[in-house]
Amino acid sequence: MTPKATILTADEVRRALTRIAHEIIERNKGAENLALIGVHTRGIPLARRLAEKLSTLEGVDVPTGMLDITLYRDDLSEVAQQPIIRETQVPFDLRDRRVILVDDVLYTGRTVRAALDALIDLGRPAGIQLAVLVDRGHRELPIRADYVGKNLPTAASEVVKVKLQETDDVDSVELWDMEALR
Amino acid sequence: MNAPTSMGARPPHLLDFQDWTPERLGAILDNADTMLQVLDRPVKKVPALQGLTVCNAFFENSTRTRTSFELAARRMSADVLTFAAGASSVSKGESLRDTLEVLTSYKVDAYIVRHHAAGAAHLVARYSGKPVINAGDGRRAHPTQALLDAYTIRQEYGSLEGKKVAILGDVRHSRVARSNAELLPKLGAQVVLCGPATLLPPGLASMPGVTLTTDPREAVRGAHAVMALRLQRERMSGGFLGSLQEYADTYQVNDTLLKEAESGAIVLHPGPMNRDLEISSDAADGPQSRILKQVENGQAIRMSVLYHLLVGRN
Repeated sequence: MTPKATILTADEVRRALTRIAHEIIERNKGAENLALIGVHTRGIPLARRLAEKLSTLEGVDVPTGMLDITLYRDDLSEVAQQPIIRETQVPFDLRDRRVILVDDVLYTGRTVRAALDALIDLGRPAGIQLAVLVDRGHRELPIRADYVGKNLPTAASEVVKVKLQETDDVDSVELWDMEALR
Repeated sequence: MNAPTSMGARPPHLLDFQDWTPERLGAILDNADTMLQVLDRPVKKVPALQGLTVCNAFFENSTRTRTSFELAARRMSADVLTFAAGASSVSKGESLRDTLEVLTSYKVDAYIVRHHAAGAAHLVARYSGKPVINAGDGRRAHPTQALLDAYTIRQEYGSLEGKKVAILGDVRHSRVARSNAELLPKLGAQVVLCGPATLLPPGLASMPGVTLTTDPREAVRGAHAVMALRLQRERMSGGFLGSLQEYADTYQVNDTLLKEAESGAIVLHPGPMNRDLEISSDAADGPQSRILKQVENGQAIRMSVLYHLLVGRN
């Protein structure tokens, strides 16, 4: 079983994140009053990596958090299997902070919609921006990312697999046929 | 990420713990952590059960349990239909089945049932075809109370494995004692039930992980949690006890008795308390007491139970 294509290598993942970090600084005129909140599962290590880069580039410690969106999903009344609720941890006040929501893949936009609601219930941030490693298209909601590592046109029959050191022992982004994964 | 299949098939109801695996019960306790976090936020509500209607069917008075369930359901964004038998046609002689048919036509998605007759929640489960949470049926079971007790103990010690829990009082008439005796050993704890012989049905000793004693000092020795049961004064007319004073002198949970327990052992009571009867005020209000914590945890546990029964079809 092999992927159809490797979209990003480890080096390319690193460079994409570095570029996003620069864009965040440029757009926010620095890194003051920001927070990075990762969406489970792979948004969390990505948020931490971006925080490290911001710290190196700007000398500012940007707080990070983790968000589980299970209780905010719009398909809870339809899902067959019961989703596991994971930890939400936002150990700082969101008020007056600009929050950068971080996820690995942007697809239908439903996860982001849920994350926006979950985030606002935690406190009212001064603003929310969205950073993703891959935007694969096929939006079902009017949502777009502010920072994108890689724009990747895909077919619905394809799967984008993001692997990260912290969760998968390797950094890469791969494109698979759904059939090959069955 | 979905619940692993190792948890076993999900039971459709929470009537008692018979069909619930320790893994699935553990998941209910785990998710209560998240629910407690929700209760600590500026917005104490999540949209998980939006669009669902939960019927609080209380055929027996209980302000506390009813309030706790009602709030739990609302915090999960369910609509709540409260049906209290005292103010309803049940007092006019309508049968449980007829009442349910009426409630069903309101398109209720789940029932929370409190009834004085053991097995009533099972009947509702059978008639309604909807998920049912037993909120206390006769002397038989009160599973969410046991879950919140387990959760409160776990919060203190991190785990129930190897913990000793002493439960003192009117065990005979207590669904709280029975549910705890069923649940806590499943989660690895050891349960000692204690009371005067007239209030201690010997049959309970056959439950795994459960022992009985009439000696309160023996019951409490080395215990990590000491629970006093409410002494139902109204049930004392049956000649089970010589006098209330005699009962209090021997079985009251107080600072003297607590000296026998593990140091720092926590004190629990399902409420409402008869102060200075089954529990002294110093024990109820002292640093070891977790009685108010139990109330807070109860809401989180009930939110978690609703999630586990109402989300996901399998």
